[in-house]
Amino acid sequence: MYTYNDFDKSFIATRNAQFRDQVERRIDGSLTEDEFKPLRLMNGLYLQLHAYMLRVAIPYGTLNGGQMRQLAFIADKWDKGYGHFTTRQNIQYNWPELRDVPDMLDALAEVGMHAIQTSGNTIRNVTADHFAGASADEIADPRPVAELIRQWSTDHPEFQFMPRKFKIAITGSPNDRAVTRAHDIGLRMVEKDGETGFEVIVGGGLGRTPMIGKVITDFLPQEDLLPYLESVVSVWNQIGRRDNKYKARIKITVHEHGIEEIRRLVDERFAIVKGSFSGVDQVRLAEYKTHFAAPDFTVKSEAVFKDAYHSDPIFRSWADTNLSAHKADGYSIVSISIKKQGDTPGDATSDQMRLMAQLAETFGHDELRISHEQNVILPHVHKSDLPALHAALKEQDLATANIGLISDIIACPGMDYCALATARSIPIAQEIATRFDDLKLEHEIGNLKIKISGCINACGHHHVGHIGILGLDRAGVENYQVTLGGDHTETAKVGDRAGRGFAAEELVPAIERVVDAYLDLRTGKDEEFIETYRRLGLAPFKAALYPEAQADAA
Amino acid sequence: MSKSFTPKVVTANDLLKGDVIYQTTTGWTRDLADAEILTDEAHADLRLIEGSQQIADVVGVYLIDVTLDGTAPQTTHFREAFRAKGPSNYVHGKQEVA
Repeated sequence: MYTYNDFDKSFIATRNAQFRDQVERRIDGSLTEDEFKPLRLMNGLYLQLHAYMLRVAIPYGTLNGGQMRQLAFIADKWDKGYGHFTTRQNIQYNWPELRDVPDMLDALAEVGMHAIQTSGNTIRNVTADHFAGASADEIADPRPVAELIRQWSTDHPEFQFMPRKFKIAITGSPNDRAVTRAHDIGLRMVEKDGETGFEVIVGGGLGRTPMIGKVITDFLPQEDLLPYLESVVSVWNQIGRRDNKYKARIKITVHEHGIEEIRRLVDERFAIVKGSFSGVDQVRLAEYKTHFAAPDFTVKSEAVFKDAYHSDPIFRSWADTNLSAHKADGYSIVSISIKKQGDTPGDATSDQMRLMAQLAETFGHDELRISHEQNVILPHVHKSDLPALHAALKEQDLATANIGLISDIIACPGMDYCALATARSIPIAQEIATRFDDLKLEHEIGNLKIKISGCINACGHHHVGHIGILGLDRAGVENYQVTLGGDHTETAKVGDRAGRGFAAEELVPAIERVVDAYLDLRTGKDEEFIETYRRLGLAPFKAALYPEAQADAA
Repeated sequence: MSKSFTPKVVTANDLLKGDVIYQTTTGWTRDLADAEILTDEAHADLRLIEGSQQIADVVGVYLIDVTLDGTAPQTTHFREAFRAKGPSNYVHGKQEVA
């Protein structure tokens, strides 16, 4: 893992001291809110419905046990004993008081963390495959490159006042777990003639105008990456629209100018920018690679695992659902669900955080990841340790076997917290998860991604959910639109809007009808919901959603 | 003819705590029941300006619609109902102390 050097420490300490002073000046009345707001946003501090909210970056979703323990400490000392992990691999504290925030930032700095550029019109926290460095299907660990991008983009003087925010995601695997096609820039590691480079995707994004990103170059040599990124952002920074914030993101720029023109402008810019990179970036990259060296994997018997797998059905169910293939023999990637049915998706209590920290240290080479699907990953656990790990997870309600299933729902905070929301997300997620758990159907249903956003900005990724739910305010009442057939992977697709929205109390029965239709229509248990949808299209599911339309037509 | 004026309350968030507050005739309260009810449009506009000027204490001042249940104001939109109560997933916010 990357650890801060003296430069990083001094940079963060300086920024924190500046912000402490800014907070003091706001409190004593020297700064107005209009003056203070951009300053607090640069440091991740929002004002939400009920309180301030501090959004802390977890760079490319990677943290160690000490950092997780510090997040728990902060939750206890300055918040209400929990934190909310987000779809951007950040953690949000929902209840800080203004005076305490400088102390919270200092506490974060103690473990090499901060909240810089988690808001504002800057390059945000770089997100990555949460299985990076562990997954069996990976070309290479993308995190050294993610760290390079983080170093380059943090406080980059050219990119502090852009038309809008800018998000970069990176994966080292052909199986895209980082939603690269729905980011301003998506980077997919690829190999050509034995050389590793990147497919660069630009102009993806969800929100008000969902767009799947377009490939601007199908192979970019690794050494050209930073100058190329700088060129893309620079072109957009110049021609991106500043007259209308809804048309400011690069997806609109690409849409309006066309990918060919953007490619031409970027190539032109690249010819100038490339020369200004002295090669120091490649020296740094080589250094970062040493920070992310794979742990020393051990070889030991898997007998304990096999015994537990055969003798304990609860362990077996969890193992079948929550483990993924690791690149090292005898190891597994463990996804810890922080979505027990009925709980708030993405929330973890300080006790849960401390337990996960301890388990990472004991069984997981001191590494944790936060997934964009709002779960916590232990990327390197030997199979022989899994029964003990599972037993420990049960103590804190962390052993729910539902990864990838219908109750593993992405939900933004929605109107329970967010000032931008138009409806609530969390209670909808709770009701759906509880309902299908009561029916004992979720393992029968299999892989099904429900994603819920409480407004059109789509933090809950509803456009790319197999079933997407968007909460809106319709004449002063919460109303939920359903989209079907979205896909967040390498075959990314924006879902199809099914029809009229549903009142909150109509929604869960409607989702149940869609799921029942799938169970009736699938060719067998091997055909996942999304595959049945691709085979049959919207029509049969729309009929299930709106039975009254069928009755009228009859 | 202009739309008839419906009762309003001035609301904001407290600068230090960040929580929801309502304007009273003498200051600010955390309880909607104690808020000053504004039934005259010109007076409401004036009170909004006065609230907005208190930059050292409050943030994000705006008017909300209320209905009167007897003399006690009730929110009319669900967003304001949540602000007046707290989130639905935990007993936090105003409902925590209530």
